[in-house]
Amino acid sequence: MAAAPDAWKPSNKILAWVEDRLPILGFMRSHTAEYYAPKNFNFMYFFGSLALLVLVNQIVTGIFLAMNFNPSAGHAFSSIQYIMRDVDWGWLIRYMHTTGASLFFVVVYLHMFRALMYGSHKQPRELLWVIGMLIYLALMAEAFMGYVLPWGQMSFWGAKVIISLFGAVPVIGNKLVEWIMGDFLPAGATLNRFFALHVIALPLVLLLLVVLHLGALHTSGSNNPDGIEIKQHKGPDGKPLDGIPFHPYYTVKDLVGVGFFLLVAAFIIFYQPTFFGLFLEHDNYIPANPLVTPAAIHPVWYFTPFYAMLRSIPSKGLGVLTLFSAIAVLFFLPWIDRSKVKSMRYRGTSYKVALAVLALTFIWLGKIGIGESTWIGDTYIARALTGVYFAFFLFLWAYTYFGWEKTKPVPDRVTMHE
Amino acid sequence: MAHTSEGSLQSPSADSTEVDHGRRRFLTLTTAVVGGAGVVAAAVPFIKSWEPSARALAAGAPVTIDISKIELGQMVRFAWRSLPIFVVNRTKEQLADLPSLDPRLRDPESKETSQQPSYCQNTWRSIKPEWLVMIGICTHLGCVPDYYGQIQPEPFDRHWKGGFFCPCHKSRYDVAGRVFQGVPAPLNMVIPPYHYIDDTHVRIGVNPKGAA
Amino acid sequence: MNKRTFVCALLALALAGGPALAQEAPGTIYDAHVNLHDIASVQRGGRIFFNYCAGCHSLNYMRYERIAHDLGLSEKQVMTDFDFNGVKFGDHAISSMPAADAEKWFGKAPPDLSLEVRARGENWVFSYLKSFYLDPTRPVGWNNTVFPNASMPNPLWSLQGVQTAVFAPAKAGHDPQVEKLELSRPGLESPEQFDRTARDVTAFLTYVAEPNTYERDRLGLWVILYLVGFSLLAVFLKRDYWKDIH
Repeated sequence: MAAAPDAWKPSNKILAWVEDRLPILGFMRSHTAEYYAPKNFNFMYFFGSLALLVLVNQIVTGIFLAMNFNPSAGHAFSSIQYIMRDVDWGWLIRYMHTTGASLFFVVVYLHMFRALMYGSHKQPRELLWVIGMLIYLALMAEAFMGYVLPWGQMSFWGAKVIISLFGAVPVIGNKLVEWIMGDFLPAGATLNRFFALHVIALPLVLLLLVVLHLGALHTSGSNNPDGIEIKQHKGPDGKPLDGIPFHPYYTVKDLVGVGFFLLVAAFIIFYQPTFFGLFLEHDNYIPANPLVTPAAIHPVWYFTPFYAMLRSIPSKGLGVLTLFSAIAVLFFLPWIDRSKVKSMRYRGTSYKVALAVLALTFIWLGKIGIGESTWIGDTYIARALTGVYFAFFLFLWAYTYFGWEKTKPVPDRVTMHE
Repeated sequence: MAHTSEGSLQSPSADSTEVDHGRRRFLTLTTAVVGGAGVVAAAVPFIKSWEPSARALAAGAPVTIDISKIELGQMVRFAWRSLPIFVVNRTKEQLADLPSLDPRLRDPESKETSQQPSYCQNTWRSIKPEWLVMIGICTHLGCVPDYYGQIQPEPFDRHWKGGFFCPCHKSRYDVAGRVFQGVPAPLNMVIPPYHYIDDTHVRIGVNPKGAA
Repeated sequence: MNKRTFVCALLALALAGGPALAQEAPGTIYDAHVNLHDIASVQRGGRIFFNYCAGCHSLNYMRYERIAHDLGLSEKQVMTDFDFNGVKFGDHAISSMPAADAEKWFGKAPPDLSLEVRARGENWVFSYLKSFYLDPTRPVGWNNTVFPNASMPNPLWSLQGVQTAVFAPAKAGHDPQVEKLELSRPGLESPEQFDRTARDVTAFLTYVAEPNTYERDRLGLWVILYLVGFSLLAVFLKRDYWKDIH
């Protein structure tokens, strides 16, 4: 990450003085104006920068919420109402945070799906994908702990159920659950430690991982919808022929994405802040009560696909194992998928079909996971869908390992579709 | 520029691709200004969230105090907005000595309008001469001064006529809360807005009817 | 003063018989059609709430001052018309009923209603208010088809009148099911008027659950207009720069 090779110097004397001692401007330049990104990015490429935007939003609004939140079992719930009613603009800051949390997952899921569409997880970007998965994991922990903080019914019972998952660990399970809670039920101690992790520890981890993610991205360079390495065709000046400087071209383009994203966010924040009970759940407006379980407990929508898998398996240990495997298998995706062709544009039809099936399976599982229906049929459907989910990875490996895939010729240079 | 290395300048539609720098600069500037204004506007709620909340305002609502039990020459503390409110039932002697202190004070006529409501800008700095109602906070660095009511020589002042002495940095005030010269405190202590509901009840935090 | 309501409600146990009005299936959740921008409706709801409900139910998170401010009422209107004494304008609207007594009387302390609409939904609250009926088997003498076995007498019985249940023939081994509710004794209001009353109370509780609604609606419009403008500008800017790219 050294300064630009042409030893770029700012023309301003003071900036040049600073640059001699700390090449910070050169560093920024090498990652913006000197970072060459493929010129054929499409809509799916908005979600990386949007994820960064949401992260900033979560940190800023989170800091201001922490100023008025009271992380104790006795006062957490009422301090949320204090923020919503008594603190000037507290409602806006909180809704920005709650809406941001859900939109974070929307953006991250689309970002991940984009990788599957165009093979962004494949060689040479395996590490980029793995770091991204670590971000996803940290984000799930961050979101879960944040969800516990308001100490409503769903917070409490969500905490109870999710922490109980660790009880499936052999031998030490029960001890582990107690250790995580610091009590025999989720209690003040649990809330307090989750608060510390939510506002300090995990944000630090997330920020570090994001820096590594960007570092890895800028090392291998961005993939693109054609799945071609633009570095293979360089001009006489050493710049990729199909690359354009990230700044200004993608900064202005991402600005369009930001504008439309904020419009969606504003509609939710101002006109549907609970998002029909999906982003902020009805039962969480009832203070935590360890003696009464709500009629239907389920995690927030972004966890429900995995939750549906857990619920459909008629064995605690196996259910938990399934849930964790469903996430773990994603880490190995770059090695499961052995196709030499990256983009689905040039991959076999079966890949496209399988990808669509995976997406539908995930959404359907999510719908069942959140569903309040007690219909027994849902259990069997969820079990079947869980099978489909894992079958995707098995199929993908066989399909590419045994060379069953019929790929199309990949063009030499990127194509523009506009 | 991106791809000056190749092709674009010889492209057949060169005219239409000619960059209009004026237009580009205008668009960039406008977007920057509009976006910047948006960021500033978005910062306002965050800054405003530091204002006293509705809870603080409710807790800081006017309070009514009963002064009937305060004996002559005695001081009693009350609380309003968590601030110490000193109420002194001043003796005739204490009041008689006030004008004689003028040469030793920084602001004997209470000209600093921020330190008292206009209806208390008088020799005794109060509505009724004998009753002092004051926020007992030293104007130096915010300590709470002690009340030394006796007219007698004190270790910190041989000619003491009664008043307040701040233990933190030795600022002295007379029994009307007026600050002496030669001490760190710059201003007289603050008189809050207040009015009499009746002879024995004072409402702190609300001006008398008709007074601003 | 109308805080005697629940006592009266208990007395109403004695009442029975009278004209019958057909009703819809019991437990139906009606659409409340709450309109928070009909301020008069919210104000009426507030008045009814404080006269008929606040004796038992608190609004723990709601300050009188905020209600006055948001609903365009003066301090005097809220503090005298809404009928209380000994509380400050900036206080939370907390019921004067001691929780211990409440548990003794009803078996369970009446819940705080600050967030009731957020937790249950406005249609539920509206329907609940309309679905009380006399049930001598319950300790308080009342039951409710929307929330069976609620330990709460009908606070608005004098307005709504008294409903009694008509039971369907019981199947063997099952408890008899309520088939429909009948208005066995009319109240001060006609069913249409009472619908409005229930709607007003629901509107007030909807406002109470989310007192930032008005500010949110107002501000949201400007934010969205701004973002539309900004996005358009961004589109123009992007198109201009991307003329370079072929």
